[in-house]
Amino acid sequence: MAGLTLYDKLWRNHLVEQREDGSALIYIDRHLIHEVTSPQAFEGLRLAGRKPWRLDANLAVPDHNVPTSRDERAGGVAGIRDQVSRLQVQTLDDNCRDFEIEEIPINDVRQGIVHVVGPEQGATLPGMTVVCGDSHTSTHGALGALAHGIGTSEVEHVLATQCLIQQKMKNMLVRVDGCLQPGVTAKDVALAVIGHIGTAGGTGYAIEFAGEVVRSLTMEGRMTLCNMSIEAGARMGMIAVDQTTLDYVKGRTYAPSGALWDAAQAAWADLHSDADAVFDKVVTLRGEDILPQVTWGNSPEMVLPVNGYVPDPQAMENATQRSAAQRAIEYMGLTPGMAITDIRLDRVFIGSCTNSRIEDLRAAAAVVRGRHVAPTLKQALVVPGSGQVKAQAEAEGLHEIFLAAGMEWREPGCSMCLAMNADKLGAGEHCASTSNRNFEGRQGIGGRTHLVSPAMAAAAAIAGHFVDIRNLQEPTQ
Amino acid sequence: MKSFTVLEGLVAPMDRANVDTDMIIPKQFLKSIKRSGFGPNLFDEMRYLDEGQPGQDCSGRPLNPEFPLNQPRYRGATVLLARENFGCGSSREHAPWALEDYGFRCIIAPSFADIFYNNCFKNGILPVVLPATTVDKLFTALYAEEGYRLAIDLEAQEVRTPDGEVLRFEVDVARKHCLLKGLDDIGVTLESAAAIRQFEDRWREQSPWLFNMIGRGQV
Repeated sequence: MAGLTLYDKLWRNHLVEQREDGSALIYIDRHLIHEVTSPQAFEGLRLAGRKPWRLDANLAVPDHNVPTSRDERAGGVAGIRDQVSRLQVQTLDDNCRDFEIEEIPINDVRQGIVHVVGPEQGATLPGMTVVCGDSHTSTHGALGALAHGIGTSEVEHVLATQCLIQQKMKNMLVRVDGCLQPGVTAKDVALAVIGHIGTAGGTGYAIEFAGEVVRSLTMEGRMTLCNMSIEAGARMGMIAVDQTTLDYVKGRTYAPSGALWDAAQAAWADLHSDADAVFDKVVTLRGEDILPQVTWGNSPEMVLPVNGYVPDPQAMENATQRSAAQRAIEYMGLTPGMAITDIRLDRVFIGSCTNSRIEDLRAAAAVVRGRHVAPTLKQALVVPGSGQVKAQAEAEGLHEIFLAAGMEWREPGCSMCLAMNADKLGAGEHCASTSNRNFEGRQGIGGRTHLVSPAMAAAAAIAGHFVDIRNLQEPTQ
Repeated sequence: MKSFTVLEGLVAPMDRANVDTDMIIPKQFLKSIKRSGFGPNLFDEMRYLDEGQPGQDCSGRPLNPEFPLNQPRYRGATVLLARENFGCGSSREHAPWALEDYGFRCIIAPSFADIFYNNCFKNGILPVVLPATTVDKLFTALYAEEGYRLAIDLEAQEVRTPDGEVLRFEVDVARKHCLLKGLDDIGVTLESAAAIRQFEDRWREQSPWLFNMIGRGQV
C-alpha cells in the first residue's frame, strides 16, 4: 500500500466518523473568529439555545473593520467613526463576553490580523485542524496544520459541535526545486504558482508545498505561500514540519512547554508526506526561473514577471480568456504591449495577512532605507500585521525608516487589503499592493490593484512605477 | 433551511469567468450583523451606476442599463447561468445570502470555487456543474429566446431544457440529502455527539497540548 501524504495523515488523525454517503465528520482543534463572519453564527446559536461545544478551542480578534490611524484607534471600539463598523466590532466583543470566548480586544498589543495573530501566539500548532470564517485561513498550513476557510454556517457548526462535515480533497504536490534569485521572495513563488496552474488550478485539491525552495523559506515566507493557496483555488495549502517550524513555535504563548513540548515534538515528527505517498497531481517549478512578479489584471492568475509586457487579448485563442483579458485591460487602464515597468502608481500598500509580518517589513525597509517615495505618489501605507509585529519593527527602528521615506506607519489591521475601513483606493488609482486579491473594486471602487512582494512594493514606491528589484542600486549616502 | 426539490424557473446570464465574491457582494455590505437583506446589493458595483452604502434604500439608485439583471426580460429569474470558477475569492457566506435574497435558487456553471460551492448548500441554493460546452449551448439558447426557462430536478439530478433535452449532473449524496430535506446540519451532527465525545477523550489523552491552553481553562 502506498504511503500517506501530509494531508492524508492530518485527515486520518481528525476523523470522527466516516459516513456511507462519502462525507466525514472531522474534529476541529482550533477555531479563530473575527468580527465580519461571526455575528450571524452567534445569533444562530442564540436562536437555537445552543452553547459552544468547547470554549478553549476558540480565539477571537477583530481585524477587518478596525481603523489603522492612530487617532481613530486611540478611542478603542467607541472611537471607530464608521458606525456600521463600530457596531460589528462591538458585536464581537459582546458575543465573546456572552459566550465566554477568549478575545484579544482592539487595542491589546497582541491584536492584529487573525492569520498573523494565530501563529504568533502559538494558537496555531503543527498537526492541528484550524478553521476560521475567512478564506486566508490556508495561511496556517505553513505550520503543518490542516487549515482552511469556512462560511458562517460552518462557523456556527464548529461552535456548536467542534466538528465539520467534510468531503476529502484530492492531493496536489507543488514542488519548487533549486533556489531563488536574490530579491525573489515567497510572494513571487506564490504568484508564479498561480500564474502556472491558474486561479482554479487547485480547485478540489489540498496543496502541499515542498522542494528545496520551500524548505529554505522562513516561517513568514511559508505563511505567505500557504496564504495564497486559495488564490490558486485550493482551500488549503500546507508544508511539512521541520526544524524551522519547531524553532518558530517554541516558546509562544499558547504553545506547549516542558514535558508537554517534548511529547508534542515527538508527535509532530510524523507530519510529512511519506516517501512513497502518491499525489493526484504534481506540479514542479524551478526556483531559478521565478522572477519578481507583478499582476496586471483582475485575477491573481493575470500575472507576469516584472520584465514582461501587458498581453494582447486578440492573440488569445480561448474566447473566455480573451474577453476576461479585454475587460481587465480596460478596467486597469492599460494598453496591450505596455511594459510592466511603465505602469505609474498612485498608492502603495504594504500589509495584509499575506505580507505584514516582521520579515516583510524588514524587506521593505531595506529597500526604502535612505530613499524617499516618488513625489507623484499620493500615499504609501505600511500596516503591520499585529501589535507585536509593530512593536518589534519599532524596536528595530523600521518605522523611522518608513517615516523618513515619506511613508505612513499605521496601527495593525486588514486595512487596504479589502478596504472595509477608511483605507481605500480612489477610482482609477493604481496601487502596488502586497495583499492577495486584485479583483475589481477590492481595494476601493474603481481602484486598480497590482499584487507584488513587499520589496517590489517598496521599490515601486520609491520610483513611482514598477522596477525590477534585482536592478536596484544601493542609495548613495 | 429551505429545501430544494424541483425548480422550474426563468434563467438570467452572468456571462463572465471568475466572478468573485467581491463582485457578488462588495465588502461594505459585509459590515451587517444580519443574515438577510443582501438582495438589493447583489452584484452592486455592476448593477448600479453609483457607489452603494450599507443600509441605503436602493430603490432610487441609478441602474446600469447594460447589466442583464436590470433588463426586463430577466426580471424574476431564479436560475443563474454562469461561467468558470464562479464564486472564487473569499469565504463570505454573504455571497449566497445575497443570491438567495435576490431570488436565485440555482446556479449553473462549468465550475465553482470550493468554499462558495459548499456555502450554497447551507443556504438552500443548488450549484449545478455542467460541461463548458453544454453551458455554452445554454447561453446561446438563453440569448436567443426571451423568457427562457429551465427545470432543475435535484432528486433525478437532471436539468431539463424547453426542447426536451435532459442534462444530467453530479452532486454528492450527503449534500443532496440535506438539500432535498432542508436539514439543519448542526442537528444532524449532534446526533453523533457520543462519537464526538469519544473521539475528543482519546484525542485529549493523545495530544494534551491541544487542550486547555486558551481562555478560562488555561493550564
